[in-house]
Amino acid sequence: MEALIALLIGVLTTCGVYLLLRGRTFPVVLGLTFLSYAVNLFLFAMGRLAIGQPPVIGTGLPGYTDPLPQALVLTAIVIGFAMTAFVIMLALKARAELGNDHVDGKDGE
Amino acid sequence: MTLFLAVLTPFLGAPLVAWLSRYSRTAAAWGAGLVALGSVLLLVSIVAPVLAGETLVQRIGWLPQVGLDLAFRLDGLGLLFAGLILGIGLLVILYARYYLSERDSLGRLYAYLLLFMGSMLGVVLSENLIQLLIFWELTSLSSFLLIGYWKEREEARHGARMALAITGAGGLALLGGILLLGEITGSYELTVILASGELIRAHPLYLPTLILVLLGAFTKSAQFPFHFWLPHAMAAPTPVSAYLHSATMVKAGVFLLARLFPALSGTWEWSHLVGGVGLITLLMGAFIALFKHDLKGLLAYSTISHLGLITCLFGIGTPLAAVAGVFHIINHAIFKASLFMAAGIIDHETGTRDMRRINGLWKFMPHTATLAMVAAAAMAGVPLFNGFLSKEMFFAEAVSMGTMMKFGWLLPFAVTIAGIFAVAYSLRFVHDVFFNGDPIDLPRTPHEPPRWMKVPVEVLVALCLLVGILPALTVEPILALAAGAVLQAPLPDHDLAIWHGFNPALWMSVIALIGGGLMYAARKPMFALHARHENRLDARRVYNALLEGLLGFARGLTRRLDNSSLQRMLALFVSFALLLGFSGWFGGGFGNNSPLTGPRALLPVDAVSLFAALAMAGVSLAVLKLHRQRFVALVMIGAVGLLVALIFVKFSAPDLALTQLSVEVVTVILLLLALYFLPQHTPAESNTGRRARDAVLALLAGVGISALAWAVLTRPYTSIADYFLENSVSGGGGHNVVNVILVDFRGFDTLGEITVLALAGLAIFAMLDKLRLEGRGCDDVGRAWNWDTHPAIMASLTRLLLPLALLVSTFILLRGHNLPGGGFIAGLITAVALIMQYLANGVAWTHERLPSNMHPLIGAGLAIATLTGLASFAFDHPFLSSTFSHVHWPIVGEFELASAMAFDLGVYLVVVGATLQILIHLGLMHDASHGPDACPIPSGQRHKAGR
Repeated sequence: MEALIALLIGVLTTCGVYLLLRGRTFPVVLGLTFLSYAVNLFLFAMGRLAIGQPPVIGTGLPGYTDPLPQALVLTAIVIGFAMTAFVIMLALKARAELGNDHVDGKDGE
Repeated sequence: MTLFLAVLTPFLGAPLVAWLSRYSRTAAAWGAGLVALGSVLLLVSIVAPVLAGETLVQRIGWLPQVGLDLAFRLDGLGLLFAGLILGIGLLVILYARYYLSERDSLGRLYAYLLLFMGSMLGVVLSENLIQLLIFWELTSLSSFLLIGYWKEREEARHGARMALAITGAGGLALLGGILLLGEITGSYELTVILASGELIRAHPLYLPTLILVLLGAFTKSAQFPFHFWLPHAMAAPTPVSAYLHSATMVKAGVFLLARLFPALSGTWEWSHLVGGVGLITLLMGAFIALFKHDLKGLLAYSTISHLGLITCLFGIGTPLAAVAGVFHIINHAIFKASLFMAAGIIDHETGTRDMRRINGLWKFMPHTATLAMVAAAAMAGVPLFNGFLSKEMFFAEAVSMGTMMKFGWLLPFAVTIAGIFAVAYSLRFVHDVFFNGDPIDLPRTPHEPPRWMKVPVEVLVALCLLVGILPALTVEPILALAAGAVLQAPLPDHDLAIWHGFNPALWMSVIALIGGGLMYAARKPMFALHARHENRLDARRVYNALLEGLLGFARGLTRRLDNSSLQRMLALFVSFALLLGFSGWFGGGFGNNSPLTGPRALLPVDAVSLFAALAMAGVSLAVLKLHRQRFVALVMIGAVGLLVALIFVKFSAPDLALTQLSVEVVTVILLLLALYFLPQHTPAESNTGRRARDAVLALLAGVGISALAWAVLTRPYTSIADYFLENSVSGGGGHNVVNVILVDFRGFDTLGEITVLALAGLAIFAMLDKLRLEGRGCDDVGRAWNWDTHPAIMASLTRLLLPLALLVSTFILLRGHNLPGGGFIAGLITAVALIMQYLANGVAWTHERLPSNMHPLIGAGLAIATLTGLASFAFDHPFLSSTFSHVHWPIVGEFELASAMAFDLGVYLVVVGATLQILIHLGLMHDASHGPDACPIPSGQRHKAGR
């Protein structure tokens, strides 16, 4: 199972980095979204994987997984949304002001 | 506390005076004067023990946990300097009132002047050296403002920048020196450092420490080769020059030499570095001063020369020389301030400072002329004036030092030459300006200045005479106090008499006076010679060349790295990250003693997980393949997000799964809205080489992260989680540990995070405000997007769903403390429910029923969260401490109330507000971007659309 997760994080990172290096704003935003998934999963995985052990006290289950990475990732997901929103709005603004959606504002380079 | 207040008063007074100047110039002057007087009174109230020879140290706990205190110290030296700073400061305030013309803002000058005064007081009254350095840097900054006061003049801006660059760089060196001193002695307190002279001098780091400290002192006191900033600082208004270059700014450097005298002096390195630099500066300054045609230029180089004299005295290093140094600090401050003020009067009255044009002013302003002549005599070292006394002590010290060295006779010789030049340039100041024929082509006809403009000069000139004639009665007590504080030892025998008999020092004075007269008489051929060779050696050119070189290097480096292509920057960034990552990997002995796979027991793979993982990988790669078709890519990336939520479900993270799910919905809606305004397809631009490079970078990144994740996942670890698990119920009153961490254990972090969220919402609002985007009514083939924008069934259903959704989100919010849920998730659910209304019913319909301005909601959320935190102060607990209790409600039954729930409510409101703010704004822009008939409807569809 660990191998699967490690592999998935790698795939998400690969997609993210490749899209990040594109020349138009929308793919870059998609790339950032991919990277957010990858980073969130990576951080989450730092607490190791556990099945059926949610960190809720008093459920009668055998143990608890590490709650700390979960708390970190929870806010990271929300902040990630704010970041995505900000970047996409920046892309809209750039498109309106510069007349194209190239990341450098230079069309037809 | 009193010392702290005395230093603080000018800082507090500065804005007050700037405000007062709106009403009247006189009010501003009175305000500034009273502020300075306030500091004086505060000091006077505690001065008694210091006058008795004690050292007063006051400290205020600042960060006591790390041993940082605000520590102030008042001893003889500090008292002397504080007196000079405040006394001359008061005179300068009076003088500036009449000097500045109506066009210039007096309030701004006074505000800067008070800032500077406070910084200087901080320097001379600090006990802690780090604190001293902070004030030291503040003097650099506030003098920058003062020198650049006439900011519309280029020379003022250049002069200010140069002063800041030189003294700021010196401040950095001084920081290094102070840190080394702290390292050697284990303390930054002056009391400790001054008592550890032996230890410091014997330490292997003594030389670097000394050089760094001296760099700080020399740059500030305009010592060779850093002297050139001072003449350029003459672009400041003359009251500023009178203040900065007589008693304060440049004296900070010699103050430091005096302050650290017991700790650093008495070695071969000290006497050669300090004495040598002082001597060179003394000679060079005196020489150049003679040839300056600018009145203030002459005074500037004379200041450099006198600072060199003081530095030289401290360099000689005998107790008697130190006494003479302190004495000359006092004398120089008095006569130089009055000379600058006199020069300012002349400039003010004639409209020029060129001594080739200002002649014969005696006829026009005999009163001012008399005052200036007295001060100039003091500068030249004529008997009966104060400058004579300290200069004679200097001569005597030079002689006695000279007898102890090889080639020692050079020292009195050089010193006498400097004396000759000093007499010559003082004579020139007097004779050229007040006599020497008639004025040539003056812009205005000069006359005596206003009465009160002369008063400060009169006070200072009277002091020159009093000290010069009756030294033992006037200056001796404060000199003894200050010199005692410098030496930290009993004072040597010294005699402040005018007549010491026929000794070498007297003969040197006589030679200087006669030689100076002769040199001035022979000035014409010397000026001609000098004019031919001027600019041969200009330190400013070196400075400019260095500055240009540095800037050129920075520009070149930037140009090479940054061709303003984001793609290139990101590729470089990823490459460097990979380089660092892999070098860490292989540099850490990977493969030998630390295998990739750790010993942790692994979880078995089940079929469903395998399938989900394959699906996720497949969808991700499909997005990569199809990313040019933006709409398709967006829908598929939504699927990836949902699969991420499933991973959280699988591995015991219900809170994360809920959050991811709701964020995913909001994100996809947001990106869909945005995509409407962007091209629907990405053109294929990159060539094969570029794509191959990016693919390699991406693959390497993926492989690296995978390997890292695998290495971590297969290793056991110890976590601090046990603390949270154990204390969650007892300490935080909640069973859902993740939520308790968010709203309680790490509530401060969460507060910061919702602030970021709120800021993002507001920033997006600001960015989109007044932005008009072009939207298209039709798709690529000319069809309208949708003929039935708001289907009736969907609209009715979402209206029915709304209360239910709100109920669910309230439930999620309330139960969050004990079961998966909480403010973040509940906020997102509410946001989604409300956004559904917009989607199904249209913006106009929803707008009538829901306020579109979300700012109050965001503000309220932040306020509730912060107030919850602050409330714990009322119960004497640290910020954001939480409490809880169980109450029994009718019908509901046992119910838990925790203060953290109020905090969570704040989180909830911010999340709802920020999310809606972002999405509604974009939705509104949709409607504004195209009219209702933007797309001609094909005739075959008309009946449908007409519904």
